[in-house]
Amino acid sequence: MLANFGYGILFITFLVTLYSVFAAIYGESKKMPAMVESARRAMLLTWPLLTLTAGILIYLLVNNHFEVQFVYEVTSRSMPTYLKVTAWWGGQAGSLLFWSWLMSAFASLVTLRKWDRDRELLPWVILVACITMAFFIGMNVFFENPFAQLYQTSTAIEAHTFQPANSILFTPQDGRGLNPLLRHPGMVIHPPMLYLGFVSFVIPYAFAMAALITGRTDDRWIRLTRRWTLWAWLFLSFGLVLGGRWAYDVLGWGGYWGWDPVEIAAFMPWLTGTAFLHSVMIQEKRGMLKHWNMLLIILTYDLVIFGTFLTRSGVLSSVHAFAQSAIGPLFMGFVALTLVSSVGLIIYRWDSLRSETEMTSLLSREALFLLNNLMFISILVVCFWGVIFPLISELFTGQKVTVGPPFYERATGPLFATLMLLMGIAPLSAWGHSTVKTLGQTIWKPTAGAVIVTAIIFATYTRNVYAIIGFFLVAFVILVTLYEYWRGANARQKSQNENIFTSFWNLTGRNRRRYGGYIIHLSMMLMAIGILGIELFQVETQGTVQQGESLSLANYELRYKEIAQWDDLPSGVNYRRAVLDVYQDDQYLGQLVPRIDYYYDSQQNMTIPGQRSTMKDDLYVLLVDWEPASAAGATFKIYVNPLVNWLWLGSLLFLAGIIIAAWPERELEPVIVRANRHVQQTSAAD
Amino acid sequence: MKINKFVIGGAMILGAVVFLIWTATASNLEFFMTVDELNAKGQSVVDKNLRVSGAVIGDSIQYDAQNLTLTFEVAHVPGDSPDITTEGGLAEALHQAVMDPSRARMKVVYVGVKPDLLRNEAQAIMTGHLGADGVFYAEELLLKCPTRYEEAVPEQAG
Repeated sequence: MLANFGYGILFITFLVTLYSVFAAIYGESKKMPAMVESARRAMLLTWPLLTLTAGILIYLLVNNHFEVQFVYEVTSRSMPTYLKVTAWWGGQAGSLLFWSWLMSAFASLVTLRKWDRDRELLPWVILVACITMAFFIGMNVFFENPFAQLYQTSTAIEAHTFQPANSILFTPQDGRGLNPLLRHPGMVIHPPMLYLGFVSFVIPYAFAMAALITGRTDDRWIRLTRRWTLWAWLFLSFGLVLGGRWAYDVLGWGGYWGWDPVEIAAFMPWLTGTAFLHSVMIQEKRGMLKHWNMLLIILTYDLVIFGTFLTRSGVLSSVHAFAQSAIGPLFMGFVALTLVSSVGLIIYRWDSLRSETEMTSLLSREALFLLNNLMFISILVVCFWGVIFPLISELFTGQKVTVGPPFYERATGPLFATLMLLMGIAPLSAWGHSTVKTLGQTIWKPTAGAVIVTAIIFATYTRNVYAIIGFFLVAFVILVTLYEYWRGANARQKSQNENIFTSFWNLTGRNRRRYGGYIIHLSMMLMAIGILGIELFQVETQGTVQQGESLSLANYELRYKEIAQWDDLPSGVNYRRAVLDVYQDDQYLGQLVPRIDYYYDSQQNMTIPGQRSTMKDDLYVLLVDWEPASAAGATFKIYVNPLVNWLWLGSLLFLAGIIIAAWPERELEPVIVRANRHVQQTSAAD
Repeated sequence: MKINKFVIGGAMILGAVVFLIWTATASNLEFFMTVDELNAKGQSVVDKNLRVSGAVIGDSIQYDAQNLTLTFEVAHVPGDSPDITTEGGLAEALHQAVMDPSRARMKVVYVGVKPDLLRNEAQAIMTGHLGADGVFYAEELLLKCPTRYEEAVPEQAG
């Protein structure tokens, strides 16, 4: 009954979004402000409606309503309540609803702002937001109904939205339960973070389309959505990092990233989004690359839709095949339709998007930014090629061929290195014109510093050529960035007569985007240290030992002490826990407790590593197997992952940097007047 | 006519990226094969990087914990999703593959940790090479149990 009510509300929401689309178009074309206002109000109604729908679904999940197919598939009686709530996004139907719910929240937020100066953009922003929402809600209404219930007919048990004739409602005793791998705090917040990132990118896209449709092709749309873009980027980046951390903690293969198509699907919009964040600065400062920025935000939007489809639809669960479920072709169709119509709009407005200035110098900041963009897009092409390669090769040769992680590592390695180099050079180059000479004057000091640091690393730590190149680039970027900070603070200290700490503080406060950006660069370098460490210097060993015996790896020694096993009946889990004493160079460091959790409801093991983490390296131990008969021997797999903690430290600094960059500015932005054009600039209004 | 230096630079970058992708692809090809195809090609694919999918035969699983050596057999399952669909979905296709003694089977050796999901009627996706002895030596082993979960794919963080 309640499930039917939920479906009803969902259906009404679908109609409301359609109404909003038509009211916006009709109101704008007939010049009826009241109609546009009605479209806006209809859109504002979607959030309460979807919140109600989601509330009903959560009620069903929490209260074990297994007659609802979705509830049956993702929960079980033994799961704690918080996991039952988060099971909302544990399956396809629920996560589509979650997507729509976030979308409606953001769309509502954006329409609640003051629109006085941008009234003409409003109907088109509503249009884009509501078409996107209608698409996702439509998926739920017509194909993936989270409220479909199980009915027993004379022949079978099937899920239906409406009760078929001659059938009775079927309520299973217990649900299948969420995959144990997903019952992890990281998994609770990782999908929402990714989705927040995905959905927030719709807003800048909506404004970009509104700008194209209305012909307001100045950078107003970029200024209006700058903060949205930053938050979108923050959530998406953090979602990716959390996914890596979850993999490291739970999956037990000692890694954090496997170039899996699903990971790549989430990574691709991040690449275009990052390129977009950089290139909009060129448009704001120099009035260039307008076509390019439009194209980037369109690509980001479509990769977001594509990514949502790939990450949750399960189409990749059969390794070879794309798009076998009903919603596959529809998603592809929607992506194609939005891509073609958006690009069509760019072509329609081609002339008014022309650059206001010309690029002259190869070393100017805008040229280096452009190069940075090309690198991001190249990495995107590599990723895209890797994902679609099996399809292409089958089409042309009939043979299914794929490429594995080594392909991605080899192809993206030089591109990432180039990006790092650019990260070092670009902040020191000037807008408009730079020469080797002017650049050389500022760059030689940090370069010399980086050479010295690299020489020390070469002498004391490693002679691996990739590591040396990598560490040189890391040192170079860090020194350049710190040098930039010091130059700025020093100049400020002299002119403002402040002490150096006040100068640092004020410098950052007055140029939040710039110095927040530098902090992000620094954080990327810390992450690079971690990645270089684990990718190039990871060592592993495995072996079976008796009680009292030990295994050693690097300068660690692990002595197997004991093993214990017990059942935790309320949660339906059997725990097996091994205890190991850890010694480093004969010094006792403590104990590690790797374990295997066996989930009765899904008959599945989950291997939880024992970890000891320092800035130098991580000791990572897996309990692989043990013989209950002898109860003495146990098999362990041990990894030493050098420097990997810098990856997580870097991601925390990253968070700080982006919050600084996205923090609302108090003072008005200065009015920038470009040489050949008068565009009235005002503060970012959101 | 002055040729724009940006055009030249852009063309060089484009060329470099294409070269990079091309060489990386060429040196990292992995051929998808079914057990049937592998049996048909036999010795001609001995040195190639292969990715084979098959249905795990539960009774054949043997694990030597001392040497971390895992051996098991897989039965042929179709490679194309339409074929899998006509067999009634992946779970049903795997079930039939295991139940049908006339299906082609292949012995697999994997050195490493026994994966949690390795059990009867799981789908094993193995990356590795075919030995001259007809045994498949897997370097990487992925397992999927489609009966139980909508997305039981441990390596797919998403």
